[in-house]
Amino acid sequence: MRRFSILNAPKHVLLWIYALVSLSPLMIMVLNSFRTTQQMARDPLGLPESFNLVSYQKAWITASFETYFFNSMFVTITSVFIGTSVSLLAAYVFARSKRRIFALLEGLFLSGLLLPVFLAILPLFYLFDALGLISNLWGLIAVYSALSIPFSSFILAAFFRQLPIELEEAARIDGAGYFRTFFSILLPLVRPAIATVVVFRFVPIWNDFFYPLMLMRDRASYTLPVGLTRFFGEYQTDWATLFAGLTITTIPLVILFLVASKQLVSGLTAGMSK
Amino acid sequence: MKTKRKLHGQMPVLIGTAFVMPALILFAVFILYPLTTALSYSFFSWKGTLRGEFTGLENYVTVFTRAPFDEALPNAFSHNLLLFAGAMIFQNSIGLFLAVVLHKIGRMKRLFQTMFTLPYLVSPLVVGYLWSLMLSPLFGPVNATLKAIGLDELALPWLGDPTTAIWAIVFITAWQWIGFPMLLYGAALGGIPEEVSEAAEIDGADGVKKFRLITFPLLLPAIGTVSILTFIGAMESFPIPYAVGGSTGSPAGATDVMALLFYRTAFESGDVGSIGTSSALAMLLFLFIFGVAVVLRTSLARAEKKVYG
Repeated sequence: MRRFSILNAPKHVLLWIYALVSLSPLMIMVLNSFRTTQQMARDPLGLPESFNLVSYQKAWITASFETYFFNSMFVTITSVFIGTSVSLLAAYVFARSKRRIFALLEGLFLSGLLLPVFLAILPLFYLFDALGLISNLWGLIAVYSALSIPFSSFILAAFFRQLPIELEEAARIDGAGYFRTFFSILLPLVRPAIATVVVFRFVPIWNDFFYPLMLMRDRASYTLPVGLTRFFGEYQTDWATLFAGLTITTIPLVILFLVASKQLVSGLTAGMSK
Repeated sequence: MKTKRKLHGQMPVLIGTAFVMPALILFAVFILYPLTTALSYSFFSWKGTLRGEFTGLENYVTVFTRAPFDEALPNAFSHNLLLFAGAMIFQNSIGLFLAVVLHKIGRMKRLFQTMFTLPYLVSPLVVGYLWSLMLSPLFGPVNATLKAIGLDELALPWLGDPTTAIWAIVFITAWQWIGFPMLLYGAALGGIPEEVSEAAEIDGADGVKKFRLITFPLLLPAIGTVSILTFIGAMESFPIPYAVGGSTGSPAGATDVMALLFYRTAFESGDVGSIGTSSALAMLLFLFIFGVAVVLRTSLARAEKKVYG
């Protein structure tokens, strides 16, 4: 066993070198957001001289990041909530009913994991146009909720299947109906799976820029990533503000990662072995 | 007796239907309907948003033979293939290497995994913009670092030069995705029983031989999954090229990819027939991704069967 610990020294050096590769761009992003553009031009690798928040102020107020940020929050939280709720209901049926029709439906939802659904953007655009949903955040929420169904119903159905059926039967004998059993017996039991699904869907929805780029045409309806594309055109030379904008977009995910890295990793491996 | 049978029997179909209905409606309206409609769009001629007559495969012929598609399509498609090859060669092998190094490293494993996976969480658009600033020839930190350690000849305008720009995108994508193969390979390595590994050592297998004969075959399912997901990711690549080279794939189309070409055709071309041609492009990409993913999956299942008997 001792042999291994000596062998481990070069391994650790290697791992720390890669950790530097992995993290330094993100650290530079945060550090540079506290510097001025002049400081960066003078000394590209320097550290902040003071805790300067001017560029945050500029990004948040002048460049409308306040609007983008709250749009992103509203869209992401609402979509995750709706997507998870409808998937929970469907997953319960998939796990507890043996009817062929529901098995077929589960297969249909699952196929959404492999299909490049973003390619259907054009008909979606005209559908939005017909329904008056262009530049409407609720339209975006509907799309993200629908896109959440394949992954979420897959994970939740797998979890429901592991639960012993006796609990539900006991509740039913005591006179509880299907809805009551579902809400008061099952929901508390599937909490770990709900946590995985919520955390794991939050990330791609928060980060997505494809759908809002096409469907949100009005500045007031931009989410953070699509706001960034405008911002990068307009503030091209104002590096300090650019770095602040990138940091604002990233911070919520870093916080999420620190609180819920367990759920993220389990979602990642579950999503990959689908 | 009656109640007991009811309890063990089926959930009433009415209740089941009520429970799946909200998900089904959302899925049908926002995924299924647009997907099937996109297919039909590609078979008609278009004048703006007015649908003309059924023209069969004419839009498909157009995207292969007429300008600008006759040049843009092979150009963009070759870049997608290059992104896939680059990811397989660099990203996934480094990911495997890191997973092997991390295996049995002890307490620190979790910390390293967290640090290596962090870029994966960041929006790919942010990653693209961040690296375009990092690699800026003016005062980008990367070239400043290269100059500081005496590698001045490497301080090049990486994103401005058509020959290096696409490789920069391979690198940026790999930087973001590396945690993905690492975690999956890590999980697969953790699943290899200790006894198998020890038995091989007792039989006199050295490190390399052990990896080739024991570890590698047992990693095969994970390698398959990683390859398929890398393929899909490379074919769908959009935010990083968009952030780095804009919607035209600058410099000079050197970073153009299929999704960008589709986006330009659908939303920026101003061509009256663009709905038909962009739908044809979308369907071609769709069929290619789905077809290759299915073929890869079946051949992998066969290969696994061969290995495991």
